[in-house]
Amino acid sequence: MATEEHSEGLVFHPMDQFQIKPLFGGDTIHMYTPTNATLWMALTILAIFALFVLGTRGRATVPTRIQSIAELGYGFIHKMVEDVAGKDGLKYFPYIFTVFCFIVFSNFLGLLPKAFTTTSHIAVTAILAMAVFITVTILGFVKNGAGFLSLFWISAAPLPLRPLLALIEVISYFVRPVSHSIRLAGNMMAGHAVIKVFAAFAPLVLISTGIGLAVTPLSIIAITAIYALEVLVAFIQAYVFTILTCVYLKDALHPHH
Amino acid sequence: MEGDIVQMGAYIGAGLACTGMGGAAVGVGHVVGNFLSGALRNPSAAAGQTATMFIGIAFAEALGIFSFLVALLLMFAV
Repeated sequence: MATEEHSEGLVFHPMDQFQIKPLFGGDTIHMYTPTNATLWMALTILAIFALFVLGTRGRATVPTRIQSIAELGYGFIHKMVEDVAGKDGLKYFPYIFTVFCFIVFSNFLGLLPKAFTTTSHIAVTAILAMAVFITVTILGFVKNGAGFLSLFWISAAPLPLRPLLALIEVISYFVRPVSHSIRLAGNMMAGHAVIKVFAAFAPLVLISTGIGLAVTPLSIIAITAIYALEVLVAFIQAYVFTILTCVYLKDALHPHH
Repeated sequence: MEGDIVQMGAYIGAGLACTGMGGAAVGVGHVVGNFLSGALRNPSAAAGQTATMFIGIAFAEALGIFSFLVALLLMFAV
């Protein structure tokens, strides 16, 4: 655990924001206890519902502003799936778009002050990544049979090298869900923790004199800059998660190198 | 007393693990820099390759994330 200095005037706990707390008091968390994670996941689903169901309810030929946002997102991911996974990958577009929407909305909702970022927990992103990994592996064997194993047997390489390359390919295949989930959770967690660290420097003006007075405006500028970066990261990480899902899907559909 | 030395080792290890992120920074910078130098030579082909660039960034970044994970494990799990 991180050290706790209660004697100092400057106390900060940048990781406290990721604690899971029961919504309605109490200490024990059961499987069914509503927590702040539950609340913010529900808000994520509600926001997606509001954009894609209520926003496009008019089905206007000339779209309203909110409808054109929904259409823009739909078209963006549709084109990405088609470009990366190919025409036959479009069958799996609904799942990929669902994953993208969930991640992008929970990333952006987590940027609100006092909000809880559900995607900053490895438990959440690991479920998303394992779902993709297991689906793609089963899909690869169903579509190609044993031919899926040719993903690991690179026929373009010289024969003596192939067993070694196969070993490396197998390891890199099984590391995929790890890196896939930790990339998202790590980016979210690190960004929010950095904002909190700078936020803890901001009240230094109250207890310091002299050069310490300059810390407060500098840290407020730093918070603003990092927040702007986080808005970018929130989108890019959702995009990266989705595009890697498409790459893995392409490997399952066309395992031949 | 011995517990303190173990904790000190964990903290030093967490700090050392963070140097791995520098490698990820070099890797990501290398990917984007090369993409940009290629894109400025042939801007018409650049738009179709941004997705490839992001895949490259993601792979380069994954190893830096692993070092971050090691640091977190040393801080909170070990």
